[in-house]
Amino acid sequence: MTTSQRPPWMEAPSRAGLAIKGLVIAIVCLLVLYPFVNIVATSLAGESEITRRGGIIALFPSEPTLAAYRTIFAGGVVSHALLVSAGITVIGTALNLVVTIALAYGLSRPIVGGRFVLTAILFTMLFGAGIIPNFLLVKALGLYDSYAALIVPGLVSAFNFLVLRNFFQNIPAELLDSARIDGAGDFAILIRIVLPLSKAVLAVVALFYAVGHWNAFFNALLYLNDTGKWPLPLVLRLYVLQGQPVGGGTESPGEAVASIQAVQMAVVVVALVPILCVYPFLQRYFTKGVLTGAIKG
Amino acid sequence: MHRDSRAAGRAAGRAADRARAGGGLRARLRRDRTMLLLVLPGFLYFVVFHYVPLLGNVIVFKDYQPYLGFKGSPWVGFGNFSVFTQPDFYRALLNTLKFAVLQLVLFFPAPLGLALLLNSILSPKIRRFVQSVVYLPHFIGWVILISISQQLIGGTGLLPQLLGEVGLPRVDLMTSPGFFPWLVTLQLIWKDAGWGTIIYLAALLNIDTEHYEAAAIDGADRWRRLWHVTLPGIVPVTLLLLILNLGSILSVGFEQILLQRDAVGADAGEVLDTYVYFHGVLDGQWGPAAAVGLVKGVIGLVLILGANKLAHRFGHEGIYSR
Repeated sequence: MTTSQRPPWMEAPSRAGLAIKGLVIAIVCLLVLYPFVNIVATSLAGESEITRRGGIIALFPSEPTLAAYRTIFAGGVVSHALLVSAGITVIGTALNLVVTIALAYGLSRPIVGGRFVLTAILFTMLFGAGIIPNFLLVKALGLYDSYAALIVPGLVSAFNFLVLRNFFQNIPAELLDSARIDGAGDFAILIRIVLPLSKAVLAVVALFYAVGHWNAFFNALLYLNDTGKWPLPLVLRLYVLQGQPVGGGTESPGEAVASIQAVQMAVVVVALVPILCVYPFLQRYFTKGVLTGAIKG
Repeated sequence: MHRDSRAAGRAAGRAADRARAGGGLRARLRRDRTMLLLVLPGFLYFVVFHYVPLLGNVIVFKDYQPYLGFKGSPWVGFGNFSVFTQPDFYRALLNTLKFAVLQLVLFFPAPLGLALLLNSILSPKIRRFVQSVVYLPHFIGWVILISISQQLIGGTGLLPQLLGEVGLPRVDLMTSPGFFPWLVTLQLIWKDAGWGTIIYLAALLNIDTEHYEAAAIDGADRWRRLWHVTLPGIVPVTLLLLILNLGSILSVGFEQILLQRDAVGADAGEVLDTYVYFHGVLDGQWGPAAAVGLVKGVIGLVLILGANKLAHRFGHEGIYSR
């Protein structure tokens, strides 16, 4: 462990002060982490245990079972929603990245009309048209009730664009110039020099987009009339917040029936898993990625 | 230091790009054709999905009928604006302001406090751990978050259960209209207070340690250093965030409130955004709902520009320089 980084002018903290600070930090961490423990525990609990303890599995069920997970995947609705969400997330993020990278790179150098385009984009961060005109536009374009309605209206986020543009601008010009002298065109420079240098910030922007698609609720509610196309967040609302029974009567008889509460929490866990899987890998890039964009260019 | 190298890099870039800027329009278009081609799809996206809807706001002055279309619907002048005299509009406005004030008072300072706490952790290992913990909820969608919240404090959840065990009444905080504004604010703090610390932590890192040294030599104890060095050091960032917040002050947690509105009823849960959604998209009162949305947007813009002017007057930079 690294030893005291305390600069010489800073006095040593009192023992009581340290204890209070430690306690506050522990409480903050607990407040964030405990809910996750609780929902995982509840999703693994059996019917009898949940009834006996009134729905509350505080830390870990005494007889963990995967019955809840079997129920949600047997019904088909959750697995289908999972596929829809995964598809939207992968395709949507890929398209987001391609268009945002091209736009950010194009505007990272002074080109004809670049100022005008940049100003036009920045203005959209200050003033939006509102829900109704956007809804009518999506309908008029024939996107209503199609998966494209979940991707195209949010193709570029102005914030992510700024993050990338600022990063591209700070790539040393000498690097780009030497490539140009070697005969590389603008596009070749983007592919061979700029993108390989930007892996970290691209990872962050990709994560922002992907999380947006994975969690997309309102656009799906607004633009998808056909419940068969619903992504995971809408299914989650149906089962957990509106209390609809999962599975639609397709449970095979004789198998242990999972309690409603365990099933609900299993759906929540399924929705959480992808986020919890990528988070640790990308987490170290956050600060860098966010700050390159947040400080104005 | 970091900032200097950045500025230097940018200056070098400008020198290299100067060659690019010269020449006639035709020559420049030719030279920039690849770049312009790259910009085109993104630019078209912004035109179609951000500027065309701005024009779409003309329906504010029309009695919009879906089967008649934009052109066919009759003009009604300012007729749709009578919506602003309706009692249910006032209810939505009042709720919105209530939520906004609570957010400003409770949510806005939360990341600042948390950042000061994180910044005071000297061990980098512990600090990094706490940071990864508090950033996490930002990535949890509202549906998931509210499901979790239902499990913990809802009717059959952990909290009423615990209250019941110690003999207190089992309150359901998820369906209590009186508690709703607090519920929404607390959920917001849980979700985004940690994430909000990122920008404050960066600002804290940028404060020159020499200031602290000098203050310590002058005999300032830790609290005086906090007051006279740390806080002034993060005023610009705080101001920037405050101005940006003002712009969206009438857009209080749309998804979050929409998802929980049914549980507490419209009296407690209707805000301007849900009002627009229910009256416009669901009830087909397109014109009046769009009028509410438009006025909301204009107020946001005016607040941002106004606050920015004010910041300039007090010698701060705000969100853009003059």
